[in-house]
Amino acid sequence: MTGPRGLGPLVLGIETSCDETGVGVVRGDELLADALASSVDEHARFGGVVPEVASRAHLEAMQPTVHRALADAGVTWSDVDAIAVTAGPGLAGALLVGVAAAKAYAVALGKPLYGVNHLAAHVAVDRLANGDLPEPCVALLVSGGHSSLLVVPDVTGTVEPLGQTVDDAAGEAFDKVARVLGLPFPGGPHIDRAARDGDAAAIDFPRGVVRDAPYSFTFSGLKTAVARWVEARTRAGEQVPVDDVAASFQEAVVDVLTKRAVAACRDRGIDHLVIGGGVAANSRLRALAAQRCEAAGIVLRTPPPRLCTDNGAMVAALGALMVERDVAPSPLDLPADPALALA
Amino acid sequence: MLLLALDSSTPRVTVALVDVAADATVRVLAEHADDAGNRHGELLAPAIQRVLATAGAAPTDLRAVGCGLGPGPFTGLRVGIVTAASIADGLGVPAYGVCSLDALALAHREQPGGLLVVTDARRKQVYWARYDEEGRRVDGPEVSAPDDVAAAARGHVDRVVGPGATQWSDAFAGFAIDESDPWPQANMVARLVAPRAAAQAPTEQLTPMYLRRPDARPPTSLKAVTPR
Ligand SMILES: [Zn+2]
Repeated sequence: MTGPRGLGPLVLGIETSCDETGVGVVRGDELLADALASSVDEHARFGGVVPEVASRAHLEAMQPTVHRALADAGVTWSDVDAIAVTAGPGLAGALLVGVAAAKAYAVALGKPLYGVNHLAAHVAVDRLANGDLPEPCVALLVSGGHSSLLVVPDVTGTVEPLGQTVDDAAGEAFDKVARVLGLPFPGGPHIDRAARDGDAAAIDFPRGVVRDAPYSFTFSGLKTAVARWVEARTRAGEQVPVDDVAASFQEAVVDVLTKRAVAACRDRGIDHLVIGGGVAANSRLRALAAQRCEAAGIVLRTPPPRLCTDNGAMVAALGALMVERDVAPSPLDLPADPALALA
Repeated sequence: MLLLALDSSTPRVTVALVDVAADATVRVLAEHADDAGNRHGELLAPAIQRVLATAGAAPTDLRAVGCGLGPGPFTGLRVGIVTAASIADGLGVPAYGVCSLDALALAHREQPGGLLVVTDARRKQVYWARYDEEGRRVDGPEVSAPDDVAAAARGHVDRVVGPGATQWSDAFAGFAIDESDPWPQANMVARLVAPRAAAQAPTEQLTPMYLRRPDARPPTSLKAVTPR
């Protein structure tokens, strides 16, 4: 199925797995619109996403965000070939709002529905920035909700999880360390900024290793080490060098992430690495990944930061690929699955 | 004109397709209800497709959508509301909302006397509303402990209806509990919005009757969302 002028299917994608209501419109691998409503400010004072607050915000934002996406794309419903939606993983009540909305639009408009995996969508979004997705590729997805290393032979069907965090997600560690340092939520951008003025080698924070799981991550030990270090300085009446702590903590995180990702490429003989998720917006992660990939002869694919964080365009991008590859649409009883596994 | 009505404010998810005449009288063309538990999100869209198919109607034949706004447990309630709002939006037709307890009360208007409607609000509370002899809502909707609701309603109502009445039968001992039609029915939602639909009233923002603030506790960890 193709859209007007044979330019690839026009797909509207809905994303509500966490605190961003995202609605994107793509035509094939061309990004037409990426509308976003965020409830992040409502969660800031709790230091983390409050599921019920997020769900309420999704419901309020749904129609306005859909309309903004259609208007930005300069299309009408009759141009839309299919509706795609994040079916999981994510927060149960939040996912459900998007899935129910997508089904309702699909029924009302007589369009096919595609339930997609949020993590696979983080990989597929790369095609909007960098063209045809190389398959197989290795994908490193890091955010406040997930930290995963995947092998992706076919992003619309077969995605193999290699490893993931066994405790905190990377973005969560950023949030918690930011709190320890008195920086606002969400912590990622603030730590990134503070770290630019700090010395990444100032403090030798631990790099966590997970036994018998060479591609998995653990950040809770690191987070505790930072908290202890800061506490000790505070108790001794010393000034805490926030910039150095931020830089050293950040270095410990991105060192582990990039090392494991490059190792996965090498071990699997795969020469393309895609990074995504909110933490992929981190400037040090990008720089170190670029450096290590170059040294290892791996082509690094990094979507722009705006497409790395959760958004509707990534869902539409994967949906369009599913249409192009004749993947069967989802049934209308498609569940929202908070723990949706990769196929 | 064809109107689609639905309610997901209780574990019973209910959908009706009706024809609304110019004088706002309602003729039910097809109706479907499921005991959803908390599977509202899986059952509602297929139920809508089923009632349309049963009546031989296309989605584009719809001219309005009606929806119960609760009160009810949030997650299921939101499924119905976002579904109604999105269908209306996709078709460019108006959406109208009603208090789900009013829909439940309407099914019992034939019998005389004051009426108390109670549904389950979890956490040992009920959602409730009180209606006078004419069927007008005179108190509520509110969320309260069953004993408090019973104490306040004593002497004011002749009957208690709704799933909360049987669930909290101890609290409502001494009241006449009417166990017929305990769930909201979509055709009653349709009857309540029919005058607005017939008059082609402007579309409404479908705002859930939450009656409670969100639990402002962040999850201790989001790691459950990583694949297993
Ligand atoms: Zn994400």
